[in-house]
Amino acid sequence: MKEQLEKIRQAAAQALDAVETGEALESVRVRFLGKKGELTAVLRGMGALTPEERPVVGQLANEARAYIEGKIEEKKAAVAAKEREAKLKSEVIDVTVPGRRKLAGRLHPLYQVLNEITAIFTGMGFSVAEGPDIETDYYNFEALNIPADHPARDTQDTFYINDNIILRTQTSPVQIRVMEQTKPPIRMIAPGRVFRSDAVDATHSPVFHQIEGLVIDKGITMADLKGTLEAVVKGLYGPDAKIRLRPHHFPFTEPSAEVDVSCFACGGKGCGMCKGEGWIEILGAGMVHPKVLKVGGIDPEVYSGFAFGLGLERIAMFKYGIDDLRLFFENDLRFLRQF
Amino acid sequence: MKLPLSWLNDYLKLENVGVKEYCDAMTLSGSKVEGWASEGSEVEGVVFGRILTKTRHTNSDHMWITTVDIGGGEPVQIVTGAQNIEVGQLVPVATNGAKLPGGVTIKSGKLRGEVSNGMLCSHYELGFEDGVIPGSDPNGILIFQRDYPIGADVMEALGEKETVVEFEITPNRPDCLSVIGLARETAATFDVPFSIPPVEVKALAGGDINGIAKVTVEAPDLCPRYACRLVKNIKMGQSPEWMQKRLKAAGVRPISNIVDITNYVMLEYGQPMHAFDLDFLEGHEIIVRRAKNGEEITTLDGQPHTLDDTMLMICDSKKPVCVAGVMGGENSEIKDTTKAVLFECANFLRGSVRVTARKLGLRTESSSRYEKGLDPNMVVKAINRACQLVEELGAGEVVSGMIDVDNSDHTPVVIPYRPEKIRAFIGADIGDGFMLDALKRLDIAVDTEKMTVTPPTYRMDIEGEADVAEEVARLYGYDKIPSTLMSGQATSGGLTKPQTLRAKVKDVLVGQGYYEIMTYSFTSPKTLDMINAGPELRNNIRILNPLGEDTSVMRTTSVTGMLEVLARNFNHKNKNARLFELATVYEAKELPLTRLPKEREIITLGGYGGMDFYDMKGAVEELFDAMGIVNTAFDTAAPNPIYHPGKSADIFINKKKVGTVGEVHPDVCGNYDIGETYLAEIDLDYVLKCAGKDAVYKPLSRFPAVTRDLAMLVDDGVKAADIENVIRRAAGNLLEELELFDIYKGSQIPDGKKSVAYSATFRGDKTLKEDDVTKIWNKVLKSLEHNLGASLR
Repeated sequence: MKEQLEKIRQAAAQALDAVETGEALESVRVRFLGKKGELTAVLRGMGALTPEERPVVGQLANEARAYIEGKIEEKKAAVAAKEREAKLKSEVIDVTVPGRRKLAGRLHPLYQVLNEITAIFTGMGFSVAEGPDIETDYYNFEALNIPADHPARDTQDTFYINDNIILRTQTSPVQIRVMEQTKPPIRMIAPGRVFRSDAVDATHSPVFHQIEGLVIDKGITMADLKGTLEAVVKGLYGPDAKIRLRPHHFPFTEPSAEVDVSCFACGGKGCGMCKGEGWIEILGAGMVHPKVLKVGGIDPEVYSGFAFGLGLERIAMFKYGIDDLRLFFENDLRFLRQF
Repeated sequence: MKLPLSWLNDYLKLENVGVKEYCDAMTLSGSKVEGWASEGSEVEGVVFGRILTKTRHTNSDHMWITTVDIGGGEPVQIVTGAQNIEVGQLVPVATNGAKLPGGVTIKSGKLRGEVSNGMLCSHYELGFEDGVIPGSDPNGILIFQRDYPIGADVMEALGEKETVVEFEITPNRPDCLSVIGLARETAATFDVPFSIPPVEVKALAGGDINGIAKVTVEAPDLCPRYACRLVKNIKMGQSPEWMQKRLKAAGVRPISNIVDITNYVMLEYGQPMHAFDLDFLEGHEIIVRRAKNGEEITTLDGQPHTLDDTMLMICDSKKPVCVAGVMGGENSEIKDTTKAVLFECANFLRGSVRVTARKLGLRTESSSRYEKGLDPNMVVKAINRACQLVEELGAGEVVSGMIDVDNSDHTPVVIPYRPEKIRAFIGADIGDGFMLDALKRLDIAVDTEKMTVTPPTYRMDIEGEADVAEEVARLYGYDKIPSTLMSGQATSGGLTKPQTLRAKVKDVLVGQGYYEIMTYSFTSPKTLDMINAGPELRNNIRILNPLGEDTSVMRTTSVTGMLEVLARNFNHKNKNARLFELATVYEAKELPLTRLPKEREIITLGGYGGMDFYDMKGAVEELFDAMGIVNTAFDTAAPNPIYHPGKSADIFINKKKVGTVGEVHPDVCGNYDIGETYLAEIDLDYVLKCAGKDAVYKPLSRFPAVTRDLAMLVDDGVKAADIENVIRRAAGNLLEELELFDIYKGSQIPDGKKSVAYSATFRGDKTLKEDDVTKIWNKVLKSLEHNLGASLR
């Protein structure tokens, strides 16, 4: 009987090895453990054994049953896994069919760039100031050291509402407004619309945007101006970007500079984008003119500061490779969707 | 300002500096170079070369094979048929790609099997006549008789070609609108000596101007200095070629010797001059005075002008003969027959010239210099230089003496000199020695005892310490200034609450599929007709000098810009559009303006294609919800010509009207040639005021919710808002959520009625029993029946 049990055990193991499906597994179970199964038959024959043999064989029979049951459970899990795998395999879809999208809109590309620039400055402790589009001659010119007969007025073709009220030609008047309302330390930027009577073409628009910057504190130096602009340019164009300051003239800063950034297309070697120069002019800057500080109620013997102004359209055009300013104001969705 | 580079040689020597290097250095020291070009000859690429070897060509009995040093790198092999060359000679070499007169281009090639990388040239081949250049040989190659640098451009060295550098001169530096001014900057930049050759006037005509002509300045406030000299026995004619070349290179057309001299001096010194025909000055007299109102003058360009008493005129005893600092009069113009010339060299007040030039619509080389302010001390130097040129050119005989009416202020400008402050201001460790040297190079006098500086009189832009600091910094080099981080008190910075909320408004709209647009702040008054605007939108602020009618008024509504953009997209066949703009409108407090207007930002939404009223309204509702704005309401819009009267709603926050949403009136759509379109306008400022309250957390109930659905029949005119109000009031605070899920009209519904279906969710702070809910529900039904005549379906 022992041998018989051992045979059954082996036969069961063999049968189970060959099992591939759930049905096959069930028939194996029935064959060995079913009411008319082989093992069951052996157990039924236990009555013929001597009382001494019975516990021994009984134990062996139980072991064989446990063994077969264990095997069946094992196999069951394996078969289930296999069947699931087969099912999953049959459920293939074409993942290259386009997804079902909830379409979000986009911020205007110009304001995306403005947000980026604003974030760089707010991260450096700058706040954001605002001023009116329609401005007085005083704030736009007089207070900025541009008196009535100043030739600089010719370079900024102004839209007039009347003798005293104009459309601001620059965001610089916000400098004065901030100085009047705030005690140093001042660190602010003032983005906004400006207006000049330039006829519309690919690079001119009567409406465009500037970002003014102003820092006033004790001991602010031109080296600080350079360091700050360098940090901003690296934030905008990456860690390899460099700046170059060239002496220039603005009535409300002294010394004044035009600031170039190393060409982001060629890195400064010279290419079509920078017209072979390796540099692209992006902003004007300088140390706040003592006369302007005084107008703003700040003592130039105690405080110094720097100011800068950058053209948002120009920066965005370079950033995105846009060659026509008019696109910004046309707002064609085929354009807006690209950003 | 166009500067012919060879002109610099009159005042300084600049050696071994290439054009590119020159331009870069000048730009970095503050004289920005716009560009440069070679002008004057079509010959290009011909350089000086020295013949190193000469051997007979093996396949020719008359050709020679030469090797020639043309500078920079290996000597080149050139085959020539010329017989007059010898080793060691300096010759013109047309290099590969060189251009010669008549459109000839020289290319490398083979001559009877031998490589020839260019051509040795005769003077004919360079376009010269016999005898013009020493060493030219009618039968052979041009052999130079004096030494020139190997590899240098032949045409430039011979003065046939001129490199002209164009500078952008900022308005604070009128002194640099002159060759001498730029030469000074060049000398300071490259640290080379600078000197102006002595100006001497022989005055061979003798006599004395004071006995012949008379000058009276009646308006010294507008004319600080006025100087005259007289030239007799004028021989009118052309100016010499060298002068014409320089004038042309600088962009001035040569006219006649006398006129060219005044222009030459203007270019050289930056001081405008004028030449009068003495015989046409009545009484041989000059009176500098304001014009009389209505007085007239015809200027040199043939244009008649009527004058007013703000304009400064140069007059003779009877009439105006010149608009001071702007343009001369036709009546006293230099002609071929002119016998005697009175030179004027004067200083006029810049504002006066600017205003006069503007009023007369005249902008000249002269006025653009005067407008920026000139040094009164320059007039004497310049007028003498003109007289010297008259004598050099043999254009006439200068009379002795000068009239110089000088009312100018000669008080020197004295500025404190604090090197420590300059260093601190710039933030660079600039040594005292360097500072003194830089200031000296710029002609700025330093008094090291009183510690003051005095700029030269031609530097009228230097007024204070900051200006002195700039002079030091630009010669030190902006590129050498270190980059440092700001020290001092920290500032927290960042966006204000309203600024953050404003950004959130945009984000919420973008999240709902809306694209941001940007439109002009000004518009055409006609656009108001296109939206059939009422009088409340027609108090536009007008621009005095607009670019055109299209952009002549400041907008009072954001709708027109939005509709234009929608129409443009519609025309471009963009299938559907969802757009928004935070647009500023300008509201005059009074017209004409006496103070700044109110500027208001309007959240403006626009869309077409695959949408209806409820899509647009939903966008507004979602915006309010996301911004945390409660207590909002929509109700049938007050009459508004922009919108469809039945499909538009006014928007309220806290019962205050803050905007409108709706379908655009078909008439307006027709005006814009666009289909069914939707708009919303909402006052941004009020939204920001109501938004952004911190949310207060409500604990999540652990008790189950009970949901009841309800479909009722009501009259067609009953508004959903009213139904909801009745339900909410009757249901009390156990009603957690109320959702309208169906409105139905049609079969099985009687005419004039509609079926409205709601789903209501109840929840309490304990498990609600069916009975509780049923009690409430019955109350709701009764209330609906009683208040709105609703019947259950």
